[in-house]
Amino acid sequence: MSDPAPTLFLLGASHHTAPLELREKLSLAGEKLEAFRADLRAVAGLQEYAVLNTCNRVEIYGVAADPAAVARLEASFCARHQMDPAAFARCRLQLHDRPAVQHLLEVAAGIDSQVVGETEILGQVKDAYAAAQAQGTTGPVLNRMFQKSFQAAKHVRTHTAIGEGQISVASVAVDLALKIFGDLRPCRVLVLGAGDIGEKTAKAFKSRGAGRTTVASRNFEHANALAQALEAAALPFERVPEGLAEFDVAVCSTAAPEPVITRAMAAAAMRRRPNQPLFFIDLAMPRNIAPDVADLANVFLYNLDDLAKIADENLALRRAETDQVRQMLAAKSEALWVQLAPRMNGGADSIPR
Amino acid sequence: MSFLGFGDRAWYWMAAVCYLAGLVLGTVALLRDRRQSQGAIYAIIAAGFVLQTLGLFLRGRAMQSCPVGNMFEIFQFTAWSAICLYLVVGATFRLSLLGFFTSCLSAVLSLVSLTQPSWDAPHPVAAFGGHAWIAFHAALALFSYGVFGLLALTSAMYLLQTYSLKHKHLHGLFSFLPSILDLDLISVRLLAVGVLLMTWSLGIGSIHWLQDLASVDTPKLFTAALWLAYFAALVLRLSRRLVSQRLAWVCVVLFAVALLSLGPVNASRHPGAPTSAVPGLKT
Repeated sequence: MSDPAPTLFLLGASHHTAPLELREKLSLAGEKLEAFRADLRAVAGLQEYAVLNTCNRVEIYGVAADPAAVARLEASFCARHQMDPAAFARCRLQLHDRPAVQHLLEVAAGIDSQVVGETEILGQVKDAYAAAQAQGTTGPVLNRMFQKSFQAAKHVRTHTAIGEGQISVASVAVDLALKIFGDLRPCRVLVLGAGDIGEKTAKAFKSRGAGRTTVASRNFEHANALAQALEAAALPFERVPEGLAEFDVAVCSTAAPEPVITRAMAAAAMRRRPNQPLFFIDLAMPRNIAPDVADLANVFLYNLDDLAKIADENLALRRAETDQVRQMLAAKSEALWVQLAPRMNGGADSIPR
Repeated sequence: MSFLGFGDRAWYWMAAVCYLAGLVLGTVALLRDRRQSQGAIYAIIAAGFVLQTLGLFLRGRAMQSCPVGNMFEIFQFTAWSAICLYLVVGATFRLSLLGFFTSCLSAVLSLVSLTQPSWDAPHPVAAFGGHAWIAFHAALALFSYGVFGLLALTSAMYLLQTYSLKHKHLHGLFSFLPSILDLDLISVRLLAVGVLLMTWSLGIGSIHWLQDLASVDTPKLFTAALWLAYFAALVLRLSRRLVSQRLAWVCVVLFAVALLSLGPVNASRHPGAPTSAVPGLKT
């Protein structure tokens, strides 16, 4: 009777298979991850492994000398989480050989993510691989598989629209500003209102390089507090009309029941800067900016519904790309598996114990 | 006169095919692949430019002057000028979609002129009477047409981008357009360069006209009026009185008027003659 063949495997759970409460329980954050890595070293027959732990998934990729080694790993995982193996089996994601390769490629490309096409996951996969490398738990199979997954992720991002378009309101607003101003560094951003959504949008502008931010609120203390948090300046609310022309972008999110920016106010500002566009972002409900401001030349006005609609359209576009991306990745995983399969029979237990 | 067995028109055709290929490639990339192929388009347009330069060179050698003696040559020279400018501007500013639009303009100008045999009617050899300065004046005047052609393109792109942002149509072609401020910046520079070249051209021409005031005919007056219009647009823009969409519309309309009136203006100078020369030229 011949020995069982080594197997490339993926074992874990993700947002597709496990609800949030269960994922919280299975999470391998901080010391728990280190302890689990120690557990893994003790699993006989485990030749290579890497652990990917994010808020939406816990996945262990590895090469086992035989299927029994995967079963031992699963038992160890359940023991670490003090979880009934039968309960884990109900939410378990387990794939072998080429499907496991395909899965990693899809994860790295972002099409398995909750927010399709997001890029953060690629960084997390890279971190997981780097950690495994540092621990010396990768070998010829996982090295090749992870490196190829990074290339595949880059390829599909370049050749499809999977990562195009922002999908959060704040990021959509920043993208629109880029379409108007090209470079955000010289842009001066005025944040009207010290609420949460205004703060998020201001932070999004800042993270994309916007030059100077000023906060104005009816309550000057609130404006000052937010200004300090954003390393910005504070402006008394009553000075907004006269100072409006000094800004390129105005983000409005006050609780005022009436528009705080009227057409007359915007027109007066534009007379002082006729050749410079002015971008109004109205994130308030009820609206803070009179709708007829949009009729002024060189003035662009987007409200919450406009931004949400664009974000939805972008997400729909990304979802429409997933089939094409999956096909591209299937071709790549097939080619990769042809390369990996012979390496699986290298046989030696490669992990230092 | 030929090169490698091909006459000047054959080289013009090859150039036109290159410009058309740039247009087709750009359209396919945008519509099917939803991406741009700036590098490929730039290379194809550059190849077309080389071929067209060869055609102009052969025609110029045969005519013993700058080849701007009839309507066909004027259109070819204008397309060549626009491409020449694009190769500099496109490489320097890397304005998204500018190559696509330039290949579109040049393909149209080249193909329209090539498919109108009557526009390429024979004209006298050494059309400028051996006056190098007049030939230079003609070349400068047409080069400024090329600059204004490119300006019309960036202005059209500005209008499209403004429409896209105002009406919230942000996908498809619109998603690749450069920013409003980038387009405004390049448009103002092109306007200034065009006015400068045309001023230079008219300055050279006026030296000859002043010696013979009777020679100031409709084409010359039209050219002067066109220069005045562009000059006024530049002054108004610099003083911030003609900005954004209104400036863009003015630039598009002025170039359309300039291009569409080439025929009638020249016909008025040569009644009954199918051939024509550059407006304002003393031929």
